[in-house]
Amino acid sequence: MTTAKLLIICYNKTAFMSEKKLKVGWFSFTCCEDSTILFTELLNDHYQTWLPKLQFVHARVLQTKNIWGPMDVAFVEGAISSDSQAETLKKIRQLATKVVAIGACAVTGRPSGQRNDFPPPLQQEIDSILKKFNYGKKVKKLDELIKVDAAVPGCPMNEQKFIEILNLYLTEFAIN
Amino acid sequence: MHLIDFNLNIDELTKVEGAAGLEIQVKKGKVESVKFKISDYKRFYTQAMRGKNVAAIPQLLARICGTCSNAHLLASIEAIEKAANFTPSAQTKLLRALTYHGLIIRDHALHLYLFVLPDLFNLDSLLAFDQTEPEQHQLLHDTFSVKAAGNHLAMLVAGRSVHAPLPIPGGFIKTPDNALIPQHIQELKAIRPAVLRLIEIFANCDFKLERPTDYIALKANSYSYLEGEIYNQDGPLTAEKDLRQYLEHVVLPYSQASAYTLKNKRPYRVGALARLNINKEALHPKTKSDAAKALQLFPSNNIFHNNLAQAIEILHSIDESIDILSSNTFSPETPAQLKLSAATGFGVIEAPRGTLYHRLTITNDGTVQEGEIIVPTSQNQIAIELDIAEFIQNNLHQPKDKLTLECEKIIRAYDPCMSCGAHFLEVKWLEE
Repeated sequence: MTTAKLLIICYNKTAFMSEKKLKVGWFSFTCCEDSTILFTELLNDHYQTWLPKLQFVHARVLQTKNIWGPMDVAFVEGAISSDSQAETLKKIRQLATKVVAIGACAVTGRPSGQRNDFPPPLQQEIDSILKKFNYGKKVKKLDELIKVDAAVPGCPMNEQKFIEILNLYLTEFAIN
Repeated sequence: MHLIDFNLNIDELTKVEGAAGLEIQVKKGKVESVKFKISDYKRFYTQAMRGKNVAAIPQLLARICGTCSNAHLLASIEAIEKAANFTPSAQTKLLRALTYHGLIIRDHALHLYLFVLPDLFNLDSLLAFDQTEPEQHQLLHDTFSVKAAGNHLAMLVAGRSVHAPLPIPGGFIKTPDNALIPQHIQELKAIRPAVLRLIEIFANCDFKLERPTDYIALKANSYSYLEGEIYNQDGPLTAEKDLRQYLEHVVLPYSQASAYTLKNKRPYRVGALARLNINKEALHPKTKSDAAKALQLFPSNNIFHNNLAQAIEILHSIDESIDILSSNTFSPETPAQLKLSAATGFGVIEAPRGTLYHRLTITNDGTVQEGEIIVPTSQNQIAIELDIAEFIQNNLHQPKDKLTLECEKIIRAYDPCMSCGAHFLEVKWLEE
């Protein structure tokens, strides 16, 4: 192998390594997915900047091939309605270095958790559904179940706050 | 002949709005069951609205769905105004039309570019499109410019494209800034070539699953998503307020969403395909001219033509919006105060995915006594299962991964919205 070829390979490897991306997951639980929609709208203005910097490890809304593997940041939208959702959330927490609660339902539990405030007659009306599909007794916000590192409140999420947090993590994880 | 037994399960469908799965059983070479399982957890909006003042209802019900929130918003406003026997001003009608065109452009574009287009290129995601390949590079650019134009139109008129804050019963809280209109006209004109490219792509797409069925949609003299009477493929059916009488509620014990057939038990489809099958002659003249070749494919029973129909509707909404914006200036107008009394109001509109029905019964003091909401995905649920059953029955010998992909493509063609579907479930079970 000539020195020139070796130098080219080294250069390419260096270039590849410099293309380190932020490994992200985008997850939705009980909600209307308004913040997911808003995220796709943010891509209108930011896709050329963000796509070279983000690797979607898991994002059901964007791709079929999703991996349950380690990620730098998990963005989690929606409130938690059941034990099975709670288990999935805990799994995400284990896999993600940072977890960001996205939107009102994740941050406050409302409005998806409005059944928590139903008076007894309404509660009785929905009880058979709750039992049949194994709902939890109460709908919970994320920080009732896991440690949340950052929150983007709003219904839908506050766009500027989301951009601010994403930029913060791009810097923290040394993504250029 | 060798008889095949197999089960095919998809736990989590992807590139759709919300959470759903699919379970198929084949025994002795015959499809025994297809279960399209909407698995979003319910948020009980029809219970939650009871006892609330109607003023709070449009913004509450908009939260049923993120992507088509403005459809729920406008259907809810219509129901309240009908209950109050109120007719909105001409300007309010124009602003609502523009709000809606913004929704159609953005929402259809999201579905077609982000969810469906990767299937046409055998790619997993739009994000995997090769930016060094000219066509894929162009389509990536088109995706975000078309979506942005719809988003910006909704922001101009309604304040936001998701959960818009400005439309209320009686009018709009704020009037658009006329000085900004020229730039929006320019933006809409600029995306027309992209949408014509999209129409050509879907007109040339060879995906095919034809199953004759009934179709339901609102029809008016103009191609309005907001007004008209209920038609089926054969002609007029009923007034919008009487739609419910033509529908039969069906409980699917495995799904967190209600389903519907017609009263005569016939399944039906709603959505852009139904609208074009029933009312393509009413499209904007420029749309009809520039999409003439593609429009020859309608009426169609090919569910994949729902994608093409959506692409044509984007063009129609662009052309309508350019006309409205070019020929109107908007004046400040205080929203009217509605005089409420005990009454029932109906709001029926064509949501991006099909006919959306809101019924509200209110009391003398403006409190919601009870109501009902029927969403397009619930109405399409049985048609989806029938399409999948037919496809599987005719393709039993295909490998499972191929069947899985094709089933996902069929479901995606309906553009289902599970957030909408699971807003509510009637408390009545066929089995425990």
